[in-house]
Amino acid sequence: MSAPVALSGSSGEPPATTRVRIPASRTATPGQRQAFAEALAAWTLAGPALFFLLALYLLPVIAVVLIALTDWQLGGRSLTFVGLTNFREVFADEGFRASLLNTIVYVLVVVPSTLMLGLLIALLIESGRSCRAFYRAIHFLPFMATLTAMAIAWETLLHPTIGPVNQALAAIGLPTANWLRDESTALPVLAIIGVWQNLGYAMVLYLAGLKGIPQDLYDAADVDGADLWLDRLRTVTLPMLGPISMFVVIVVALRALESFDAVKLLTQGGPGHASEVLLYTLYRESFEYLRTGYGAAVAVVFLAIVLTLTVIQVRVLDRKVHYQ
Amino acid sequence: MSRATSIGRLSPPVAILRHAALLATGALILVPFVWMVSLSIKPPGEIFSTSFFLWPKQFYGVENYTRALTDAPLPRYMGNGLIVCAVILALQILFCAPCAYALAKLRFPGRDLLFGVVLIGLLLPHQVLSLPLFILGYHLGILNTYAALIFPYVVSPFGIFLFRQCFKTIPNDVVHAARLDGLSELAIVWKIMVPMALPAVIAFAIFSVVGHWNDLFWPLIAVRDQSLMPPPLGIMSFKNEEAGNDYGPLMAASTLVVLPLVIAFLAAQKWFVEGMTGGAVKQ
Repeated sequence: MSAPVALSGSSGEPPATTRVRIPASRTATPGQRQAFAEALAAWTLAGPALFFLLALYLLPVIAVVLIALTDWQLGGRSLTFVGLTNFREVFADEGFRASLLNTIVYVLVVVPSTLMLGLLIALLIESGRSCRAFYRAIHFLPFMATLTAMAIAWETLLHPTIGPVNQALAAIGLPTANWLRDESTALPVLAIIGVWQNLGYAMVLYLAGLKGIPQDLYDAADVDGADLWLDRLRTVTLPMLGPISMFVVIVVALRALESFDAVKLLTQGGPGHASEVLLYTLYRESFEYLRTGYGAAVAVVFLAIVLTLTVIQVRVLDRKVHYQ
Repeated sequence: MSRATSIGRLSPPVAILRHAALLATGALILVPFVWMVSLSIKPPGEIFSTSFFLWPKQFYGVENYTRALTDAPLPRYMGNGLIVCAVILALQILFCAPCAYALAKLRFPGRDLLFGVVLIGLLLPHQVLSLPLFILGYHLGILNTYAALIFPYVVSPFGIFLFRQCFKTIPNDVVHAARLDGLSELAIVWKIMVPMALPAVIAFAIFSVVGHWNDLFWPLIAVRDQSLMPPPLGIMSFKNEEAGNDYGPLMAASTLVVLPLVIAFLAAQKWFVEGMTGGAVKQ
């Protein structure tokens, strides 16, 4: 092995010969020199990542806010600061208001449904010993399957004439519908697909939460006379799952906010604006209609919503969640 | 008392009810998958008939899958997905691991600031950045190339964060011993840290590959050429070209796109659960 030239070993450290000279001319102690070498090594190691973090995350987010505040158009050479004009235009637009409202409704439907079903399935799985991995795998499958492909499968299931959903409804005498082309059903159907996709995610988070509940609490509940499964569920399990539920609410809400694939494939936001959600509006205005300022303003609104949720998440996590 | 009794031991009838309930919800969850595979092996006549069968009377799988592989450049789409996912993952690990090591094990001025930048990156939903990234890609002249699909993701704030958490749990003595052995800081990252943090690296790899294999939003913006499309975008374009009428080949193509991840998931379930929940769930 070659001689260990430098104990703190960074490639950027001065060779041993220069090391002797520096203290003579400066007042640097060996400790300071080592600190300098460590800092140099650290910035060398972190430099490339920092460069890309700035170029691909920090500057773009600043840019999108600036674009939203100007009249700049894609490919344009001039740019004037126009204040909140783009935002005023966005909020005056009936299509955007519909999109915002749809997104809120979608999140308010998907989140509680996903949570309740995820919790129920987690409780069922955890209540017995057999086939746990099997049931977990089945229910988790939609969360990792390519949604673009699965959306087409959903489309065939919901097809007005050849779809088994309508065939089954007709067979038992219930009214059928053109699910994805009807104003009153398009968004609910997308919400069902959202629940279908995300409940496995809520389930595995709840399974982790259930594992984290100390056995002592159940023993104590036993002593207190909570003999029935339901009593224990009410007095121990559900209260202990409170904190992780807050976490699940936020992460599922963030996922629901970001739904795009199924909308793009199945409804394109229609009929009318009936199933338009924020991310679809953002995509269409920015990249199909090339309304740069408008698209940027939508992106800023979207960002504000996501950041609000994330801030709540961080505060909740700091305070309460014990199971992570 | 064993762990399984935590909520209460089940009597046989209740245990049967548990299985019945889980099989019912499981069956509902699987409906789209089953229907997709069922249509992929049916001839057009049976797809458009109003009678309901899961298994076709006439097996048409060979024709449908052949058409999926030849009419649409499906092998090309899957190859594109593989290339894009592999390059993204390699670059992410290449840039994230050294940065995470610096954050976890080295003391230097500006460390908190750097970590702050990582956290900001972690908070940002990627779609918000798409317009500036599109403009950047345009000025770099790389739109409609593989580079366009890759460049926004070459560094992952989540990767840095996850690796940092994991590197922090590795004792400092290990780092000191490596330095005494004459390893450079960069060598410590690749020869000591990454191998010791392999579970986190695998979890991150799954998170990254699944995310980018499934992504539709950015490829939709970044590329136009059929020959560059990753699987989700490819399958969308196949659907639009077929005008949504030829469901057999379309479902065959969908099945083939979903299949690699499903097989990998069934083979390594616990890794997938950990990777896709962002390490929130450790099995």
